[in-house]
Order: sequence, then structure tokens, then C-alpha cells
Amino acid sequence: MEKTWNNKAWFMVLPVLVLVAFSAVIPLMTVVNYSVQDTFGNNEFFWNGTQWFTDLLRSQRFWDSLSRNLIFSAVILALEIPLGILIALNMPKKGAWVSVCLVLMALPLLIPWNVVGTIWQIFGRTDIGLFGYVANALGFDYNYVQDPVDAWLTVIIMDVWHWTSLVVLLCYASLVSIPDAYYQAAKIDGASRLAVFRYIQLPKMRRVLTIAILLRFMDSFMIYTEPFVVTGGGPGNSTTFLSIDLVKMALGQFDLGPAAAMSIVYFLIILLFSWVFYTVMTATDAQN
Amino acid sequence: MNLNFTWMAWTWPTAGFFLAILFLIVCMGIWEYVSPGGNPRTGILRFETTRGDRLFISLLGAAFIHIAWLGLMDASLWWALLLSAGYAICVFLFV
Repeated sequence: MEKTWNNKAWFMVLPVLVLVAFSAVIPLMTVVNYSVQDTFGNNEFFWNGTQWFTDLLRSQRFWDSLSRNLIFSAVILALEIPLGILIALNMPKKGAWVSVCLVLMALPLLIPWNVVGTIWQIFGRTDIGLFGYVANALGFDYNYVQDPVDAWLTVIIMDVWHWTSLVVLLCYASLVSIPDAYYQAAKIDGASRLAVFRYIQLPKMRRVLTIAILLRFMDSFMIYTEPFVVTGGGPGNSTTFLSIDLVKMALGQFDLGPAAAMSIVYFLIILLFSWVFYTVMTATDAQN
Repeated sequence: MNLNFTWMAWTWPTAGFFLAILFLIVCMGIWEYVSPGGNPRTGILRFETTRGDRLFISLLGAAFIHIAWLGLMDASLWWALLLSAGYAICVFLFV
């Protein structure tokens, strides 16, 4: 039977289109408009051309925040993905412990970002925080308020604590869907634990891992609340990521033009990465 | 109903920019109507792209060409536009 095409179905998409227009397209257009103008408030704007973009792209401040953000994303991906796989591999597949493990894993994901920040802000304090106090009692000179390395360490551990569960749950869902027949065949062939992982489990997890990497990259690249609550971007500017810098510029300094230019560049970087990941994902699917 | 859009701070150049993108999308719609199916093919990037994908790659690339131009060069931005047009033609021919 020949498939009939009915283009009227496209009208069904119209409500979503209107919704997206209000929630994304109109604000984005406004940001583009702001990025070529200067304002001192009161809805009065002055044409500034592409000067904000030139200033931004030639400022050390922007490149510093961007590099900090990229380093942060790379570090948390390098930690969360292997750790997530390792935990998922070792989680029970059957029995009463499954529910317990799943609930424990889901717990950090249920906590709002600002609460996570507050938890770690207190947890890391050297006077009343368990982590900070114990670290100092053990002889480590740990103080995230004064030391940039300690601040980075705290923000990274916090993110790993908060988000590794997501990788675990995604990998776990993929692992439990592997039929027993694969493992039986591997056993008959005398495959080692490593070979089972390399040739059965990893290929099966490939798709969810791509999704996990994509999600974690996007989220870490846009991270704001948690480091803002814990370090406020400090000490100095050591944990000022792009989003924190953007908010400082837009709301702290009320420089709407430069902030709009920065938003657009930020948006384009995210769009590029999303497109690359999406293309890799769909191309892999097509190959399979 | 009195709609007030002054908060959007419209300017003629930015309006022109968005109208140009709208025009491109409409043209793609007409192209699709005339020759349906999106002309999927595998080009030099070694994965399947349709016309829509190629427009997206062209626009995204054009944005980065303009940004790189602003960051690195002092010459007029029209050259970046020219370069982007050349890039878009290459994308539509080879990707």
C-alpha cells in the first residue's frame, strides 16, 4: 500500500511553534537587538554596530571564562563518565537491593541546584563543615574561600556528587536490557571480564553514553547556580565560568550590550557542540 | 489592543538580518514544494544531509566566520559576508 502524505498535519505543530516563538525566538531576537546597541536604561538605545562583539572577542576576560568553562566540562566528563560506568556495572541486576540502589542513585538528582550549592558551601567550610573540618584535621591545608585549587576541587567534587547518578542510571538502564543469551555465549567462548565489557556491554551502552556525554557537557557548560552559591566565582575570578561572568556583566554592571554580545557567542558555541553531538548520535544510529 | 514592542529595541539592520533568515526559510519551503524529499545525500562529511541540514551548516558556519572576522581582522565585515556566501555555496555543493 502506498503511503499518503498529508501536509495539513504540519498545522498540528503550530501551537508548539507559537510557544517556542514566545519562549525562545522573541527573547533571542531581543538579545540580538541589544547586542548592537548601548543603553543607559529607560528604554533608550543607541546604535553601536558590532563594537561589543569586537571588544568581547578581544578581551582577556572572555577567553579566561571560556577556558575555565571548557576545562571544567572536560574534567567533570573525564570523572563522571568512567565513574558512572563503573558504578552501573557493579550495581545489582536482580533482587531487593536493586530498588535500594536505584533510590540512592536518584537522590542527588532530586535536590535543587541551589540546595546542592548550599549543602556543599556548608559541607566544605573549615569551621562548621564536616568535609572542610576533617580535611584540616587530617593536615590538609584546605580552604575553598581563599585557595583557587581548593575552590576548583570543591566545585568539581560537588558536580561529580550531583550528576554521576545520571550517568549511572542511563548506563544501568542500558545494561539491564542486554539479554542473558549474550553473556551465556561469552561464557561458552571463555571470554574474560574485560572482553565482555569491551564487546558486549560497551557497544550496548554506546547510545546512552553519547546521550550522557551530551547532557553532561551541555549542563556543565551552562553551569551557574552551584558554583555561584559555593564560591560566588571566587576566590578572585578563579571559578568564574561563562554564565557567572555573563550575569555579572548583565545584572551586576548593567552592561546589556556587551552581555547580549556575550550571550550570542555563548549560544553559538552551545549550538555548535549540540549539533556535533546530535549528528554523531544520529549517524551512529544510522550505521547500526 | 495596543502592542508595544519598544522593549525589543528593534533596529533596521537587525530586522533585515531576521528577514533575510526568514526569506531563506521561505525559499527552502518553495524548493521543497517544487522538489520534495529534501534531496538527502552523503557528501564530504560522510553522513547523510538534507537541504535543511545544509542550510543549518551554512548559517552556523557563517556565524562563526563573522565572529572570527570580528575577533581577528580589522577589515570591513562585508568581506566576512562574502566569505560566508562562498562557504554556503561550497556546503550546498559538496556536503
